[in-house]
Amino acid sequence: MNWQFWIIQTLNSVAFGGLLFLLSSGFSLIFGLMRIPNLAHGAFFMLGAYFGFSLLQLGFHFWLAAIFGGLGVGVLGVFVERFILRQLAGNEQGQVLVTLGIAFIIADVCLLAWTGDPMPLPAPQSLRPPLRFGGFAFPTYRLVVLAIALVVAVVLYLLMERTRLGAMIRAGVDDMEMARGVGIPVSRLFTTVFLLGATLAGIGGVLGGPILNAYPGLDADMLPLALIVVILGGAGSLMGAFVGSFIVGFLYNFGIALAPDLAYFVLFLPMVLVLVFLPQGLFGRAQT
Amino acid sequence: MNAPALAIAGLSKRFGGLPATKDVSLTVMPGERRLIIGPNGAGKTTLFNLVTGDLDPDGGSVKLFGNELIGMPTQRRVHLGLARTYQILTLFPRETLMHNVVLALLGLDRLRWDPWSVLTGHRDLYAAAADALDKVGLGDRAGRVVAETSYGERRRLELAMALAQKPKLLLLDEPLAGLSQGERQAVRNLLDAIPRDVTIVMIEHDMDTALAFAERITVLHYGEVIVEGTRAEVVADPRTREVYLGD
Amino acid sequence: MTRRAVITLVVCAVLLVALPWIIGHEFYINLASQVLIYALFALSVNMMLGFGGMVSLGHAGYLGVAGYACILLTTAGYDQLTAAIAALALSTVAAGVFGVLSLRAPGLGFIMITLALGQIVWGIAYRANNLTGGDNGLSHPARPMPFGIDIRDASSFYYFTLVVFAVALFFIWRFARSPFGASLTGTRDQPRRMRMLGHNVWLIRWLTFVLAGFWGSVASLLFVYYNLYLSPHALALQQSAEILLMAILGGASTLTGPIIGAAIITLVKNMVSTYVERWNTLLGLIFVIVIMFMPYGLVPGCRQLWQRLHSRQKGKAANAAPEASP
Repeated sequence: MNWQFWIIQTLNSVAFGGLLFLLSSGFSLIFGLMRIPNLAHGAFFMLGAYFGFSLLQLGFHFWLAAIFGGLGVGVLGVFVERFILRQLAGNEQGQVLVTLGIAFIIADVCLLAWTGDPMPLPAPQSLRPPLRFGGFAFPTYRLVVLAIALVVAVVLYLLMERTRLGAMIRAGVDDMEMARGVGIPVSRLFTTVFLLGATLAGIGGVLGGPILNAYPGLDADMLPLALIVVILGGAGSLMGAFVGSFIVGFLYNFGIALAPDLAYFVLFLPMVLVLVFLPQGLFGRAQT
Repeated sequence: MNAPALAIAGLSKRFGGLPATKDVSLTVMPGERRLIIGPNGAGKTTLFNLVTGDLDPDGGSVKLFGNELIGMPTQRRVHLGLARTYQILTLFPRETLMHNVVLALLGLDRLRWDPWSVLTGHRDLYAAAADALDKVGLGDRAGRVVAETSYGERRRLELAMALAQKPKLLLLDEPLAGLSQGERQAVRNLLDAIPRDVTIVMIEHDMDTALAFAERITVLHYGEVIVEGTRAEVVADPRTREVYLGD
Repeated sequence: MTRRAVITLVVCAVLLVALPWIIGHEFYINLASQVLIYALFALSVNMMLGFGGMVSLGHAGYLGVAGYACILLTTAGYDQLTAAIAALALSTVAAGVFGVLSLRAPGLGFIMITLALGQIVWGIAYRANNLTGGDNGLSHPARPMPFGIDIRDASSFYYFTLVVFAVALFFIWRFARSPFGASLTGTRDQPRRMRMLGHNVWLIRWLTFVLAGFWGSVASLLFVYYNLYLSPHALALQQSAEILLMAILGGASTLTGPIIGAAIITLVKNMVSTYVERWNTLLGLIFVIVIMFMPYGLVPGCRQLWQRLHSRQKGKAANAAPEASP
C-alpha cells in the first residue's frame, strides 16, 4: 500500500471524525444535562441531510443550505422538547423511549418524502478540485469539513467556558438539584440545549451529505456511532466527544477499508475495554 | 478484653476540595450505646456512609469486630452483622409492611437466590417477619401498604427491618427525625428494649431524647472529632458548647 | 391462585388448544404462532424491564447469536437437537458477557450500552458476508422433528410453539413469584436499600439478564424454525424496540401484559400492513402515545377500570337498599 492510500484514509477518518463530533457533541450535551440519551439524534442527522438535499435542489448555496437545514432540524427539536419531553419530566425512562418512537416516525416520514433511493448532495463547486501539495492530492471538501468541525469545537468550548449559558449548562450537568436551587431556569435551558444539539446534528447531516449521501438507514448507521463516542469519551464532556469522535472515526474508517467484514467488531473492542476498565469514559465523571 | 464492635482509625474523605471527614478515629465497645452529634454539615451521615460502604474513603480503616470493612462491598458488610436506618426513609412504598420486612430477612437468607419456589409459601419466613413487626407494634397493620401508613409507622417499620436481621452493630441515622412527641416516646421505648448483644451508634439532633439514651458521646464538627467521652463529660466540656453556639 | 384466576387460565388454555379448529384458516394459525413467539420475546425482555427496571434495547441481538448459530450448525451437518442446544448455550454465554458490559453503567447507561451491543450484533451480521450471508440472509434447511413429529404444517407447528411457550411461561411465572423475583423487584425500587439489607444487587441484575437472554434465545430458535430464514433485518433496532413496546403496551408490571401487548402489536402489524404502508410511523406513534398517556400499560389500566365499575355497582346497590325498606 502506498502513501497515498494511508493519507487518504487518514483524511477520511478525521473528516468522518469531524462529522461525528458535530453529531455527538449535541448528543453528549443533551445526555449530560437532561440525562436523556436522545435516540432520535441519528434521525436528526439524517433529516438534516435530506433538508440539505432539498434546499440544494431549490438552488440554495451550499453553506446556506447547511445552516437552514440545521436550523430546520433545530426547530423540530424544540417542538419535540417542549411538547413531548417536557410532558414526561421526571420520567427519564419514558423520555428515552419516546425519543425512540420519534426516531421511527422521522425515519419513516423521510422515506415517504424522499423515497428509498440514496440522494447525493453535491459538494460546493469551489471545493471539488483536489488540493495538490507535496506531490499528493488531498480531498478538499473533507479538509474543509474537518476545519469546520474544529471551529465548531472551539466555539462550543468558548460557549461552555466563557458564557453565562455555558456556566448554567455546566452547573446543570454537575448537579441539577443545586442548579435549580440557585435559580437557573432549567426548562429554558433544556430547550436551548436541545435546540443546539439538534441543530448541530442537522448541520452535520448536511455537511456529511457529499461524503455519505442521504439514504434511509443513515439514522440507524449514525446513532450507534454517537453512542459509542459518548461511551468512550464520557457523557456530558465536550473533550470526551471530541476525542471519542476521532477515535471512532479512525476505527470505523480503517476498519471498513482494511477488513470490511470486521468493521463493527473493531468498534466493539475499544468500547468493551473502556467499559471494563473505565466505565465513566475517558473524560467522564465517575458515577457517585 | 474483647474486640471493639466498631474501630474507626484515621478515616478521611474529601469531596473535591472539601474535607468532609478529617482523620476521624473512634472506638465503640460491644453493647455500647454511642451517640454522634454535631451541627449540620459536621459530617455525621458521611461517616455512616463510609462505614456502610455507600462511600469509599480516601484513607483510614474501619473494623467491625476485627474485620476490615474498607474495600468490602456493602452487602458483605451486612452479612458480617451491620445494619442501618436512613435519615430519609427508603422503604418499598408500593409493598406491604410484611413484604418490606420479608425483603430484609431475605437479605441474609440463602433463599433469596431461589427462582422457583413460591415466596409466600415459606411460612417460617413470614412468621419471623410478623414477629419483627409485632416487636415494633405494627403487627396488626402488617397487610397494609407502606404508602398508606403514617410517617411514625414508617419509622418504626425501618427499625423493624433493621432489627429483623439481628445485627451486631446497628447504625441509626436520626431515627426520631420528624416524629411527634408521642411517636418519639414510642421509638425511644423500642430503642431501650433492644438487647445488649446489639451495639448501637446513633446520630440524632433531638438532644433530650438522645442524651437520655446515650452512654458515650462523640461530637463532630467540620468532619473532625472535637470531644468524646461519657455523657456527663461531654455535656460539661466547654468545647461542646462552643461547637453549637460558637463560630 | 385465586379461583377466578384458575378459571381464566383453564378457559384460555382450552381456547389456545382448540385454536386451529376454531380458526381453520392456515394464515391465521400461522399468525397465532407468530403471536406466541413474540409473546415469549416480550416476556423475556420484561423480566428485565417490568421486574428489574432495566430497559434493554438490544434484545433482538439474541436472534443474531442463537439464530445464526442454529442455522450454521444445522447446515454444517449437526443434528437439529445438538444445533439447538449449542445455539442456546452460545447465546446464553453471550448474554453473560453482554450483561457484564451493560451493567457497568446502570440506569440510562444500560439503555445505551444494550442498544450499542444490539447494533453491533446487527452490524456484524450485516457485514460478515462469509459467515452470515450479509444482507441476503441465511436459510435454515428444515424444521426439526421433535420426537419424530413432523411440524411442517401450520397446525403442528402451532402446537409445537404452544408447548414451548407454555413451558417457558410456567418457568417465568414461577420466577416472578419466587424469592429471587421478589429480590429483583426490590432492586428495581430501592437498589441502595437492598444492598444495605444484604442483597447483591449486581448479581441479581446479572442473573436476571442471563435468564432473560436464555428465554429470548428460545424465542429466537422458534423464530428461525417458523421462518426457516434469518436476515440482519430481523436484528435491527426496530425489532428490539417493537418487543419492548409489546411489554410496555400490555403492562410491564404484569405477566399477562407482555402477552397481550405482543398479540396486539403482531395482529395490528399484520392487518395494517395490507392497508397502510407506514407501519414504522404507526409504531412510533403508538410508542409516543402509550408512554405519554398510558405508561402503565393496558392490563393495569383495564383492571383499574374494572375495579372502578365494580365499586360503582356496589355503591349503587347500597344506595338502592335503604329505599326498599320502609
